[in-house]
Amino acid sequence: MTPARSLTLAALLATGLAASIAPAHAGDAADRQAILDGLAAEARAADPAFAGFAADRGETLFRTQWAGGDDRTPACTACHTENPRAMGRNAKTGRPIEPVAVSAKPDRFTDPDEVAKQFRRDCEAVLGRHCTAQEKGDYITFMMGQ
Amino acid sequence: MMTPMIRATAASLLLAGSMAVAAPALAEDDWIPPVTDALTQTECGDCHMAFQPGFLPARSWDAMMDGLADHFGDDATLSPADTAHIRAYLTANAGDVRGSELARDYMRWVRPDGVPLRITENPAFLREHDFRPEVWDRPEVVTPSNCLACHRDAERGSYEDD
Ligand code: HEC
Ligand code: HEC
Ligand code: HEC
Repeated sequence: MTPARSLTLAALLATGLAASIAPAHAGDAADRQAILDGLAAEARAADPAFAGFAADRGETLFRTQWAGGDDRTPACTACHTENPRAMGRNAKTGRPIEPVAVSAKPDRFTDPDEVAKQFRRDCEAVLGRHCTAQEKGDYITFMMGQ
Repeated sequence: MMTPMIRATAASLLLAGSMAVAAPALAEDDWIPPVTDALTQTECGDCHMAFQPGFLPARSWDAMMDGLADHFGDDATLSPADTAHIRAYLTANAGDVRGSELARDYMRWVRPDGVPLRITENPAFLREHDFRPEVWDRPEVVTPSNCLACHRDAERGSYEDD
């Protein structure tokens, strides 16, 4: 459980019955924004000319056939499919993957450890290198609009 | 694409023909003790189902835990503490340590000095899964190690044909 999450939970408990309405969603948005803020700080440190994240660059990252890593996974779409709102499937192991679009799965990109782990693994598998903070922020920004 | 690791696996299994005829199938042949350790379930169930330890001998799990940096082409590295915990669980429940009926069925095909890393190359597996290519080509299957595509209760250790 991340500190941000336990805070959210405490807030929910404090408001008692309010927990049954939508605030879990608001907590997700705050958690996601915290991750984006961290990536923005990292991107600015790497490049002082950093001018924010862009969904269209995130889409390009998502759809490009990089073929830089594992033969089985030339692109993000090999596992996450061309449609971010659809179920995916792990191209190496066959295991189903929940949709990556935030609209289809509201708790996407809310756990910093999970996000860091998957970027490390998936960028290595597809591009054969780590993704930059700029690329990660662009990717999340694209998925938030999907 | 035949990696050296996979070739080593194949070499550590006996050839199907060199073995006496299998014992008659028993009811227990379709059940193997499921994974009961939470950390193993989480970490080894991240990319695929957490496979039951009974399908491989203890030395295989040791070798697998030694090689997580190149785990079938993936980096599955864990912290030293988590690695030690999972290694202890898998080896204590390995097929040659706590042999259930089904585990013994698989262990019979492993050479005394063999260190297979794949369950799906064991002759017991190959014999039970001798399907037409169309079956393996089904889009939801992807690879023979995707037990869950065909065995809905595989995570509970149940492999009855349904
Ligand atoms: C080998 C299949 C595979 C490929 C290729 C792949 N992913 Fe993933 N991705 C996964 C799996 C499995 C998960 C974890 C399951 C889940 O989050 O539903 C995941 C989750 C993620 C997450 C975490 C989402 C969250 O909510 O925390 C990010 C970020 C991500 N992927 C980015 C990428 C990017 C960027 C690419 C392309 C460079 C990519 N993935 C390609 C399999 C893949
Ligand atoms: C980063 C993703 C990932 C993680 C984490 C992972 N594996 Fe794997 N594992 C794979 C891939 C990919 C394969 C190869 C799948 C295939 O080709 O069928 C595989 C295959 C296997 C196989 C052989 C399956 C067969 O064909 O019989 C075993 C056994 C196995 N893994 C055990 C483990 C154990 C134990 C752990 C935890 C320590 C673990 N895995 C964690 C990705 C992973
Ligand atoms: C493509 C589908 C498919 C996949 C993938 C698959 N199996 Fe099977 N398996 C079957 C079918 C069908 C049978 C029944 C065969 C028969 O009755 O002749 C079977 C039989 C078995 C049996 C024998 C059960 C009995 O009643 O004696 C075991 C054990 C087993 N599978 C384990 C596994 C394991 C472990 C995996 C993953 C590593 C796996 N299977 C992956 C389809 C599959």
